[in-house]
Amino acid sequence: MNVMMKFCADFMGKRRLLTSLSLALSLSVWLAVSCKNSAGNGVVVPTPPAFTTTPYPWKKPANFPDPVYDLTKNPLTVEGVALGKALFYDATLSKDGTITCAFCHSPFTAFAHTDHPLSHGIRDQIGTRNVPGIFNMAWGKTFFWDGGITDLDLLPIAPIQNPTEMGETMSNVLAKVQKSSRYRPLFQAAYGSDTVTTERFLKSISQFLLTMVSANSPYDKYARKEAGASLSDAAQRGMVLFQTNCAGCHAGSLFTSGDYRNNGLPRLANVKIDDRGRAIITAQDTDAYKFKVPSLRNIERTFPYMHDGRFQTLEQVVNHYATGIQDNPQLDPLLKKNGQIGIPLTAAEQADLVQFLRSLTDLQFITNSEFQPQ
Amino acid sequence: MRRLSLLVVLLGLLVACKSNNIDQQVGVVNVSFVNQVNGNALTLNTATYINKSGEQFTVSKFDYFISNIRFIRSDGSAYTVPQDNNYFLIRSSDPTSQSLTIAGIPAGDYAQIEYMVGVDSLRNTADISKRKGVLDPGSSHTSGMYWDWNTGYIHLKLEGTSPQAPQDATGLRNFRYHIGLYGGYQSKTINNLRTIRVPLGSIPSLPPGPRLSVGPTLKTLLYITVDAGKLFDGPTPFKIADYPDVMVSPFSATIANNYATMFSYGGSSSVAQ
Repeated sequence: MNVMMKFCADFMGKRRLLTSLSLALSLSVWLAVSCKNSAGNGVVVPTPPAFTTTPYPWKKPANFPDPVYDLTKNPLTVEGVALGKALFYDATLSKDGTITCAFCHSPFTAFAHTDHPLSHGIRDQIGTRNVPGIFNMAWGKTFFWDGGITDLDLLPIAPIQNPTEMGETMSNVLAKVQKSSRYRPLFQAAYGSDTVTTERFLKSISQFLLTMVSANSPYDKYARKEAGASLSDAAQRGMVLFQTNCAGCHAGSLFTSGDYRNNGLPRLANVKIDDRGRAIITAQDTDAYKFKVPSLRNIERTFPYMHDGRFQTLEQVVNHYATGIQDNPQLDPLLKKNGQIGIPLTAAEQADLVQFLRSLTDLQFITNSEFQPQ
Repeated sequence: MRRLSLLVVLLGLLVACKSNNIDQQVGVVNVSFVNQVNGNALTLNTATYINKSGEQFTVSKFDYFISNIRFIRSDGSAYTVPQDNNYFLIRSSDPTSQSLTIAGIPAGDYAQIEYMVGVDSLRNTADISKRKGVLDPGSSHTSGMYWDWNTGYIHLKLEGTSPQAPQDATGLRNFRYHIGLYGGYQSKTINNLRTIRVPLGSIPSLPPGPRLSVGPTLKTLLYITVDAGKLFDGPTPFKIADYPDVMVSPFSATIANNYATMFSYGGSSSVAQ
């Protein structure tokens, strides 16, 4: 308030210096802004020097719904995406400099982590879940198998601070990035200053993740009736089976309803922890052992399958739905139609279904150099 | 034309300055949260306390968010601290954090103070650009008060040791109460936010009436006594032995109900400065 009063007094004294309409108007605008700021925190914030960024040409695929992420709160820029990509591939984000985001989210597996049922982190520690691939994040309502993350911008804090993943603290990461000469020009280009803040750090990673749109599988081209697009006879038969039996959960062009379901996985004998899934977040018994329905895009590449990585092949997964489901109080009603547990599928139908799932692999996305390390 | 533009500017100036309450008398209140256990000052680690279940315990950490502060007059009208400046983290290890300086309060007498223990659901789900200061999940002092795996702030944290707590793998007998949850984002969860109203002037030995006078020439101090012992011995007393670790289980709501009773008026003064 004092700052404001002083300014008002100064302004009155200097009013004769105002000699042009444009100056007067710009001052009144500035004044309005500065008054607003001073009311908020007692500090008059000067307008930052102008800098320019190049808007990133983000496009919604024709067969996709509108994104969930509000792109107006974090407008994508070429510079912001470049910064986010640099952070994504930087092991500085981990405690001992050994683990990058890409360690568990590698490009050639559609940004999933293969070879291990459960993903691992610093000092060869093994986590408790199988990481999903990264694509189409703009359409995510929540993140993680249990939906514990409600905003893409807040996601990176979790793996950074998880002791079995990157094992670092956010404040240390920000300090390390601030000290790094490599990042100064990247922050300068994206935000007009080289100051590292939580918001800039997180929103630039979001920007990179949001560019990772996967919508060019053979199925997409077929669905969009693009010239030369085709699916094999087996895949077409599989598509019909899929729409009847699977699309209730793996719904729409994203191949997920984004909600949480119990798919009747039997308890593994040697399981390390009792992972109650969504119930960990909601503390509701009705959510016990429910996990978020994963997208089936690029599913051929993102093995192993299920939250605990128990299945290595798509054949095993499809067979689980046909013959392996164990009834339990939370079992999804769609898997218990007319009192029958599971989805009745012959061996031939299962094979067709797998062929359809393979048509969801988007090689254009997986091999896109924009998403690969430099 | 030039005069007209000057007039426009001066009018704009008047409006701009008036909206900042230059002509309205305001004052500053210093609110201190005085942490105690069962009437004794809270001393970290070295002091031993006893709860009503007869269990001995020490306290190593007692941190909590205070937000949405309002000063309420006796006619029920209130002054609410501007939202962006209305989040405070009281940390037991940092005495400066226990004293809040709140400026810009309209002059007058106030009968009650109201606040929330924790971070309201709106701010708990706000864009990262609205998470500054004590709410910054990238800041070292808040990192312990934010659940990154279940996005949300921990409203209150009490940690310590008790011989009645079960022995953990390292041989220690610790208890931990990390109480968060704001009602859920996509689906409903427990809501452990508690709104507290403390009447100012309820000390029986003093005459009744508003205790808090605020004005531009006054130095106004307000003390809120915070009895951490109420966490165990509130409306639903419990034993450390029975609940040594409570985070997101339904019992967290019982603990929140208990600690909602731990605040009381600890005195105030308004002295001409």
